[in-house]
Amino acid sequence: MEAVSEAPPVISIKGLGLAFEQDGVRTEVLRGLDLDVKPGEFVAIVGSSGVGKSTLLRVLMDLAKPTTGSVELRPDAAAERALALVFQDARLLPWRRVLSNVRLGLEKTRATRVQRRERALKALTLVGLRDLADRWPYQLSGGQRQRVALARALAVEPAILLMDEPFSALDVATRENLQDELIRIRAETGKTILFVTHDIDEAVYLADRVVALGGKPGEVRAVRSVDVARPRKRGAWALIEISQAVKAEIAAEAAAAREDWVI
Amino acid sequence: MRNKPVLLSALGLLAFLAIWEAAPRFALVPNSLLPAPSDLPQAFLREFRSGIWLEMVRLSLSHYLVGFAWGSGLGAILGVLTGMYFDIEHLLAWVVRLLRPIPNLAWAPFAIIWFGVDEAAAVFIISIGVFWIVFFAAQAAIRGVDRDLIELVDAFGFRSGPERLVKVLLPAATPGILVGLRTALGQAWMAVVAAELSGVSGLGSRMMQASSLLATDIVVVYMLTMAVLYGVMDALFVFSQERLLKWKP
Repeated sequence: MEAVSEAPPVISIKGLGLAFEQDGVRTEVLRGLDLDVKPGEFVAIVGSSGVGKSTLLRVLMDLAKPTTGSVELRPDAAAERALALVFQDARLLPWRRVLSNVRLGLEKTRATRVQRRERALKALTLVGLRDLADRWPYQLSGGQRQRVALARALAVEPAILLMDEPFSALDVATRENLQDELIRIRAETGKTILFVTHDIDEAVYLADRVVALGGKPGEVRAVRSVDVARPRKRGAWALIEISQAVKAEIAAEAAAAREDWVI
Repeated sequence: MRNKPVLLSALGLLAFLAIWEAAPRFALVPNSLLPAPSDLPQAFLREFRSGIWLEMVRLSLSHYLVGFAWGSGLGAILGVLTGMYFDIEHLLAWVVRLLRPIPNLAWAPFAIIWFGVDEAAAVFIISIGVFWIVFFAAQAAIRGVDRDLIELVDAFGFRSGPERLVKVLLPAATPGILVGLRTALGQAWMAVVAAELSGVSGLGSRMMQASSLLATDIVVVYMLTMAVLYGVMDALFVFSQERLLKWKP
């Protein structure tokens, strides 16, 4: 929000479109998507399921190829990797202990064994799970598993953290707890975060800016800055107002889109 | 009662031995057709003292282990490769269909022609039996690896074949491959007997000799020998499997 706005964007997405063909049927998932993310910014992308939110992250991770448009990343030179992704399900490797799971991404780097261990421990400490380093994944709760997944992404010290509905499978108390943890970790590390969720209240509570996708194929329907100072209070009137505004904009856009259809 | 299963299984075994003992003892079955269990220790001691038993066990065990190593090693490698790469699977699809249905014993004539009445012939026959079991188990295990975990490893930059193999495919496929290896562990003993029927010295050939002399007690001694060897190996296998799969709940 503050000093952030002057720097050039760390992610520039221009005219991004993605379509795939299956059994002769062409499905367009995304169309003409533009999005800039500034360094240190927390951007939340909201939209109902099937709108292409996850696809967008997969394109950024180079796990899917866009059909049109371009993605440009300008990571901080100090960052070891441009991106790291936290999935909706923790996806811990069940045959690795917690520490070893966190170390996974570091095995791709030039770090020595000792450095890997230290960095993995540091990341685990950051998410508050240092004591569970020797556990097996099956011994963890859902919230703990997601923390480990977050530590695994943070360990590679990415310039940008991508999160794909990371808390949606958790119970309410655990989810709110992890949301606040994420805010704390972001304050400590200054990471740029692109956070995908279908929960607009969650998006508004966490983010500096909320981008709403809608339609099929998915397009940007609404963009709102959340100019509410931190620490924010859950359920504060200012947040609720923004939430309502985003929901209204999405509904209006959807209605307009339906009318286009009729004509 | 907590020990009930143990007691019941002991009872079952005792009853089995009692009926077995009674049948020849009360002449329900001629003794020449079925030796009584009480005849066996003597027969075993005779075989053991002459040194034949130990020699036969040593020979068969070496056929077994070498055949198992070759068969399971090649089976695992080819199974993993065909599981990873569809091109290799398609390449081998009809070769597999052609060779798979041939019983390993049907290879005995070729084994003798190629290797002579030699240990290598027995090893060859045993390894064929083991090969297919491990091949299909490994292929299915690799195919069955969770796509999401492969995507995860991709996301962290491990995208080459060898990287994927080490980081996700092999560890994830290990339980499935181990099931194949354990099945093969039993199958290989059957192959040992079959392979040694062609004349290569070992437990199987000794059993054939004894049976042609109607020394049924000796036949049974070697049947039990094989059962015990298999039991020990399976127990060792399960023990090491549990250590290897500690990560499973």
